[in-house]
Amino acid sequence: MSLSSKHLLGIRHLTKDDISLILQTATQFKEVLQRPIKKVPSLRDITIVNLFFENSTRTRISFELAEKRLSADTISFSASGSSVSKGETLLDTVNNILSMKVDMVVMRHSASGAPHFLAQHIPAAIINAGDGINEHPTQALLDAFSIIEKKGGLEGIKVAIIGDIMHSRVAQSNIYLLKKMGAEVVVCGPPTLIPKYISEALGVRVEYDIKKTLAWCDVANVLRIQLERQNQVLFSSLREYNLAYGITRRLLDGLSKEIVIMHPGPINRGVEIDSDVADGNQSIILQQVENGVAVRMAVLYLLADRGQKY
Amino acid sequence: MQLKINNNKQMKIILSGSQLSITIRRLAHQVLENHHELENTVLIGIQPRGVFLSDRLVNEIQNQMPGHEIHYGKLDITFYRDDVRNELHVANQTDIPFTIENKKVVLIDDVLYTGRTIRSALDALLDYGRPAKVELCVLIDRRFSRQFPIQPDYVGKSIDSIITQRVKVSWAEEEVKIME
Repeated sequence: MSLSSKHLLGIRHLTKDDISLILQTATQFKEVLQRPIKKVPSLRDITIVNLFFENSTRTRISFELAEKRLSADTISFSASGSSVSKGETLLDTVNNILSMKVDMVVMRHSASGAPHFLAQHIPAAIINAGDGINEHPTQALLDAFSIIEKKGGLEGIKVAIIGDIMHSRVAQSNIYLLKKMGAEVVVCGPPTLIPKYISEALGVRVEYDIKKTLAWCDVANVLRIQLERQNQVLFSSLREYNLAYGITRRLLDGLSKEIVIMHPGPINRGVEIDSDVADGNQSIILQQVENGVAVRMAVLYLLADRGQKY
Repeated sequence: MQLKINNNKQMKIILSGSQLSITIRRLAHQVLENHHELENTVLIGIQPRGVFLSDRLVNEIQNQMPGHEIHYGKLDITFYRDDVRNELHVANQTDIPFTIENKKVVLIDDVLYTGRTIRSALDALLDYGRPAKVELCVLIDRRFSRQFPIQPDYVGKSIDSIITQRVKVSWAEEEVKIME
């Protein structure tokens, strides 16, 4: 039993069995993280490079921790302060690093499709840590893991993804995964932030009313308003966004059931989500972060090359 | 011992039904003999197949000491295997809800063959703390087949077997057999 692909480029390419295997393995790794010595020797002959061409806190530290807990050697690279600013191409950068006998590449890049391009040109296994507005597969996997932890499963669970759907790789990966695993998905946000044909293309329902969305769902995954990504102004102001779509204590108290609140981070407090909700007891935002390390350990463990190299 | 031919595979039953129960009961008594009232002792079954034996063994031991609390855990060694990078192995649950610091640990597995599983189990165990002592209890000892210097403390049955044979414990059918 192994994963169907050599790389993790996106949820789009994964089968249901792949996803189940990753989540099952992540459960065992989560137990490892509760031990006094949080380390297993499984990947001690592997070197992994974290190539982050875009800013990140959570994802990068999460991957670094996952790698260290698997006893792999890890090096991290961030674009600023590297020769990328001297004009070195992506392929050159990666090939130079691989010549130093690096076995796996974890990459975040601002161009959608960058990891797919690399996968065609280099022999190492590639894990997509976020490419442009395309996918962020490990986020979707840890989100699914967190939902299962809280709700017992994914089949038939109603998940609402709320916010800037248009520019969100987290939304896209989550939609693929949730649909594959039998959950029901609704996307909610201002019409300017929801792609026009998303219903037909991805099989999700679109809802513009936040109250109806929250009344329907079991789980609300709240996305960050990405100020750094937008060149045009797609809604009037942050204050208006919060009034129309912000998740507030008042909205949640008005529901007949307690829903689970998720957020991939980092939070814009007072914009897409209020502080008392983010820090409240319905929120599993910090558990998501904890689960991220276990899920990434599972992905790295399952993708490590198992051919004889000697 | 009975000889059975099954689908062109020769199969020899080496322990069955009542023999199996008696052996497990004997092992339980032997463990209790060396661990007075299980003071400072913990029992750990090795996933996936050692757990079937350890469940039965702990049950027997509990029958001998009703009302006494027994510290019983399960250990999965998948991540510590020395062939972890040759083949993908799927991990099972590890559940050790107590500390092993300064305790006497009895590791329990069904068949002891090359000794590599137990070597991995020792590595895994030491990541939980520093035990005072580690002992090994197995149902079947395939003696003379060891690839590591590891020997059991409690043995159900010692057998001679060759490398092409497989020793299978079938808990459903309550029998232990050698297959060619």
